[in-house]
Amino acid sequence: METHAESEHEHFAGSNKLFISVWFWLLLMTGIEVFLGYIHLDVRLMLTILMGLSIIKAALIVAYFMHLRFERLSLVLTLVPMLVICICLLLVFFPDSFRSKDMRYKFNPPPAAEPSH
Amino acid sequence: MSTEATADRLVAGEWSGGAHPYRIGHRKLGMWLFIVSDTLTFSALLIGYSYVRASADQWPTPFPFYPSIVFSSVMTLCLLSSSLTMVMGVSASARGDLKAVRKWILLTILFGIAFLVLHLIEWKHLIDEGLSPFAVPAEWLHKWPQASPLFGATFFAITGLHMFHVFTGAVYLAVVAARVKKLKHEDVEISGLYWHFVDLVWMFVFPMIYLLSVDFTP
Repeated sequence: METHAESEHEHFAGSNKLFISVWFWLLLMTGIEVFLGYIHLDVRLMLTILMGLSIIKAALIVAYFMHLRFERLSLVLTLVPMLVICICLLLVFFPDSFRSKDMRYKFNPPPAAEPSH
Repeated sequence: MSTEATADRLVAGEWSGGAHPYRIGHRKLGMWLFIVSDTLTFSALLIGYSYVRASADQWPTPFPFYPSIVFSSVMTLCLLSSSLTMVMGVSASARGDLKAVRKWILLTILFGIAFLVLHLIEWKHLIDEGLSPFAVPAEWLHKWPQASPLFGATFFAITGLHMFHVFTGAVYLAVVAARVKKLKHEDVEISGLYWHFVDLVWMFVFPMIYLLSVDFTP
């Protein structure tokens, strides 16, 4: 069996300098996210910005740390599109959450503003 | 032979056994497929959390700057740094420098344990306040009278499952570090894939759980 010591010249693309700069950008984006947490923004806008930054961070991690950028394109095409489609399918249920809020039985209904006779 | 026939032969050769069509070993492919399925688990949990939060009458936003946000930011720093040390370990493994591999992996485990300890302290703060999976603290109900009791359930489920992943990752890396001489380079790389994935999940958990629930009330 081939053990670790025998296979000395494995190929692992990417220099330490590259990895450190990726790490730096990840930290920078985390810093921006924490800063944004302390600005009063509309929750939807905030969610969009935070998710956008997180997706960029995830892409950096997958591409460089997990090395996917240096793998064959066939592997990338096998893994990524189906994952994106499945996550989008999970989101199909989401609009219902806004509706269920209004459908719920209210224990303390607000006093109805009916004109008195 | 026409170019089409040549192409057919090449494709058949690639996929008819005896070759690695993706140019990676079957174990690494297995880890990638596991990561895909685990991504769906966490996506489902985070989308479920968002669903519950969007449909709640009121969602508590209880995390003060200190300790919660400071702790979770430092935890993020720990995980990001552990990813960097892990990638250093994998590139040392590609060079065949096993001593350096051990050193970097041990550093990675240390960052992972720092993450776990900080997270458990943070959990203890919340549990002491009275947060449980089925109820929010009475104090919070003064600030958010209609606070959904599901806050605790989503918080503990998501961060708990992530914590479990960090814990198993640390154990996995310890085994890899101990057996590094017997393992192939690709095995070290596979353990790195898992560790980076745990880091990646936190990149979504941190903003969604913590940064969207910062306490602004005086």
